[in-house]
Amino acid sequence: MIKHRLSIVEMTGLPAIGAGSLLAAWQWLIPALGVPAYILPTPAAVVRTFATEWRFLLLNAVPTWYEALLGFLLGNILAVLLAIVFVYNPRLRTAYFPVVLLFNTIPVLALAPIIILVFGLGILPKVIIAALLCFFPTLVNTTRGLNLATANELELMHVLSASDWETFWRLRAPRATPLLFASLRISATTCVIGAIVGEWIGSNEGLGAVIIQSTFNYQAERLFAAVLLASLSGIVFFTAVAQIERIFHRQQRQSG
Amino acid sequence: MGDTIAIEAEGLHLGYAGSTETVRVLSGVDLVVRKGEFLTILGPSGCGKSTFLRAVADLLPPVGGRLTVLGKTASDARRRREVAFVFQEATLLPWRTVRQNVELPLQVGKKSISRSVDSKPSHWLDLVGLSDLGSRYPHQLSGGQRQRVAIARALQCEPDILLMDEPFGALDEITRDRLNDELLAIWHRTGTTILFVTHSITEAIYLGGRVLVLAANPGRVQALIDLMPMKDDNGFCRRESPEVQETATHLRQLLRDGGA
Repeated sequence: MIKHRLSIVEMTGLPAIGAGSLLAAWQWLIPALGVPAYILPTPAAVVRTFATEWRFLLLNAVPTWYEALLGFLLGNILAVLLAIVFVYNPRLRTAYFPVVLLFNTIPVLALAPIIILVFGLGILPKVIIAALLCFFPTLVNTTRGLNLATANELELMHVLSASDWETFWRLRAPRATPLLFASLRISATTCVIGAIVGEWIGSNEGLGAVIIQSTFNYQAERLFAAVLLASLSGIVFFTAVAQIERIFHRQQRQSG
Repeated sequence: MGDTIAIEAEGLHLGYAGSTETVRVLSGVDLVVRKGEFLTILGPSGCGKSTFLRAVADLLPPVGGRLTVLGKTASDARRRREVAFVFQEATLLPWRTVRQNVELPLQVGKKSISRSVDSKPSHWLDLVGLSDLGSRYPHQLSGGQRQRVAIARALQCEPDILLMDEPFGALDEITRDRLNDELLAIWHRTGTTILFVTHSITEAIYLGGRVLVLAANPGRVQALIDLMPMKDDNGFCRRESPEVQETATHLRQLLRDGGA
């Protein structure tokens, strides 16, 4: 069978039609079926809420972004450092890697109240929850990536009398970067999730707090607008990381 | 007399330290390799031919006996960048261009190596006939071209001894023949001592000034055969000549005896 290849117009047009048709169904079909607006507002109503309440939404988005960004940096930096320690100390790795993986199986929703209990209601517990969500994938991926160098490559470095630092910088680190960036891209969206989960449990501000409060107050339009803004934040974070990765690869190509 | 010797092994035992005892791979090697010599090493699988090369490169410490490389230990020779290694796989770093791969020896080991190297990567790329492909990436090259880059990278170390572990083993026969000729030409121009491990009888005869035949189970030296009488002044011989055929038959017999 000959595979039918889609044209560029189809490749870009079809997803737009797909999304548009679903939005249209939501806009006209849902109210026609008698679902009340305080349960499920129409897309047009959500957009209207953005226009009227943008100041309130933005005021609450800033703390969430701040927590997510700090959590992203903290979690990923600690994960990379620990991965480096694990690579150069196999005993430490054997002792603590399983514990770390076991810790990762605790659902973040179950862990969040404990972290709030320990660290209080400030910004710190939200940063820690966001950091935890970034930490594990990056630790696992970076540890694996740093160990990707083949026996021949390590022997080549030995014959060239390369120092440990040179072997790390010229061989192990470049081998690990694709995996590191893969987990950074995942972290870019999960750090927003972490911040919002933290805000659910103990906060008066932030997108997470807005989501909880507007749910209890039947402010469906505001709820949907906040959810949409949270999703957009994740997309922006993701795009930023992808852009950094692109710049990094360009630099690497020049310097080797 | 002493400074004409590149490698000297006396009662050399090689093996790997197991959990209870050391596994002997190659035993009782007595060998003197002169400077500038092209020695091919031939043997069945498991005879320890790669192991011997790895010991000279300081990738494996001897279990017993004595091994000197240019009058010192293998470790000291390695640290002075006097020994270079070409693996069976080209082992090029995929994120580096061809030129950047050849530059690698200039970028690492600066702290420990004491002597300076003043040749440029372009010189060695030129020598292996790849001066036009310097900005390509390894995945854009053929197997033969990748191996040429690996050779250029080894030569960038300006080694006194070049160790080659079945470098053309994975290539097709035509490419292999051509690379054999190029390697002989490089050997003439640089005067480097070359130890070349192969499982091809023809390659061993065509390249070597002498061929060291190893036997397996246990790994040991079976014969050391001088090939110079059948070579012309430039070290070349015709692959089809009767002497080469005769020597090939002889070597095949030796390998059969030493294989079991």
